[in-house]
Amino acid sequence: MIELENVAMSYGGGELLSDISLQLAPGSFHFLTGPSGAGKTTFLKLCYGALMPTAGHVRLFDHDVRNMARDDIALARRRIGVVHQDVRFLDHLPVADNVALPLTVSGRDTLDETVNLRELLAWVGLKARADALPPELSGGERQRAALARAVIMSPDVILADEPTGNIDWEMSQRLLQLLVELNRMGKTIMIATHDLNLIRAAKGQVQARVLRIASRRLQLAGADL
Amino acid sequence: MRRPDFTQVAEFIVGDTQADRMVPPTGITARLTLLSAAAMAFLAVFALALSVATGRMADRWGDELARSSTLRISAPTDQIDAQTQAALRVLEQTPGVASARALTDEEQRALLEPWFGPDLPVETLPIPQLIEVIEDGDGYDAQGLRLRLSAEVPGAVLDDHTRWRQPLVNAANRLRLLGWVSIGLIFGTMAAIITLAANAALAANAQVIAVLRLVGARDSYIAKAFVRRYTLRTLTGAALGVVLGLVAILLLPSAQTAGGFLTGLGFRGAGWLLPLVIPPLAAMVAFIATHLAAARTLKELP
Ligand SMILES: Nc1ncnc2c1ncn2[C@@H]1O[C@H](COP(=O)(O)OP(=O)(O)OP(=O)(O)O)[C@@H](O)[C@H]1O
Ligand SMILES: [Mg+2]
Repeated sequence: MIELENVAMSYGGGELLSDISLQLAPGSFHFLTGPSGAGKTTFLKLCYGALMPTAGHVRLFDHDVRNMARDDIALARRRIGVVHQDVRFLDHLPVADNVALPLTVSGRDTLDETVNLRELLAWVGLKARADALPPELSGGERQRAALARAVIMSPDVILADEPTGNIDWEMSQRLLQLLVELNRMGKTIMIATHDLNLIRAAKGQVQARVLRIASRRLQLAGADL
Repeated sequence: MRRPDFTQVAEFIVGDTQADRMVPPTGITARLTLLSAAAMAFLAVFALALSVATGRMADRWGDELARSSTLRISAPTDQIDAQTQAALRVLEQTPGVASARALTDEEQRALLEPWFGPDLPVETLPIPQLIEVIEDGDGYDAQGLRLRLSAEVPGAVLDDHTRWRQPLVNAANRLRLLGWVSIGLIFGTMAAIITLAANAALAANAQVIAVLRLVGARDSYIAKAFVRRYTLRTLTGAALGVVLGLVAILLLPSAQTAGGFLTGLGFRGAGWLLPLVIPPLAAMVAFIATHLAAARTLKELP
């Protein structure tokens, strides 16, 4: 699905990430941890083609991002749901439209999907806020809306960058639950988080691998959690 | 290459209301674009009228008048008829002259009327007799004709018009060229204005574009929202401007034949349809300008 081979990344200064190789197999569940500023967000951006690696190869669905045209990247993003750390919406459109945005831009906003949309909004607890504008949402509500937007296309891969950063434990659990269920349906999941409790909670339910970015490398964290 | 599909054009005009909603409405740029398009189209109508009118004039002077010349016979009243007959005989024998005809008193009076009024007693005045000479395709040898006339008809002066006509034809042609250059400049300016407006809109909506891009929108989808807006806006503005321009031209005071060039500023017959080309052309310019602006902006995004 997503494959990194000897990838290095630098923003112009020294290398932030070096020699990273990883294959996200279909149906796998990964956590990504590491200190703040280690490069978790950068790593995820490499995984959805928002950044080009400075060395090595990133392959999305078997295509090297370097050889992908802009439209190919756009189409790949429809198969990769992303919850961004700095959640951004179209501030002039209500929450429901924002959640449905991926459907709209890919021409799939059919009636069936409208029903899905309503269920999904209920699931993330935003039914009552469906007509609100994004700037009127609380931080946690924004993150839930972002998760809903990330999964509405039923993508093959879901990349979530600190999806539980602003929400309480109960809501975190519910979001995790949603991601675990999606994983059971065969989706590939990668969650960047600092929240070790969340990782522990997940370990009881799925076979999750924990990756850690430390000193520019990607390491597989042991069972020491 | 695919054939132009008119359902696509219709779709473009009716539009994907969804895609349109993605970009928040922009009040002031929208109105300014409309206004500029209208102003430019208004000017284009006049530039076009100028080109068409001067073109018409140049053609008429250059072509129709080139075929005719005038022989003027000034002689004492008792000799004028005899000299006229002699001149006509000479002209009949000149190769290259298709026909020659002495103007009647009525015609001469009509020619003089604008200057002397309708009550001029032509018969009693010693005014010269005019003979209209029509050339055939090849024309005649003016120099040779002059020589013969000076021998046989001493009172005859040949005026083959070229002397005064050529500078006028040149001026008219230059004016026509200037008209077309103006039209080119007008459309160039319109393209520049629309590019600036589109760039401003694209910059103001950088966040919107980034979000659309992140959720998997293709460049063409994002560009369409902008391109469609500016194209339709320009089309509407230009249509408005053309209508106003045509009305202004219709309202120009008309002064019959005597006015000549000034009142000739306008269109004739099917020529009135010519300005209708301006709005679609303007829309095309807007389409291309916005398209290029959007492509440039989108290329910078991940
Ligand atoms: N566009 C950029 N240009 C230059 N430097 C950048 C850019 N984006 C991030 N960085 C730097 O790269 C480093 C890694 O950033 P990144 O956002 O990947 O960290 P992170 O692991 O996600 O941190 P956090 O846990 O705080 O979200 C940081 O030092 C950051 O300042
Ligand atoms: Mg981060």
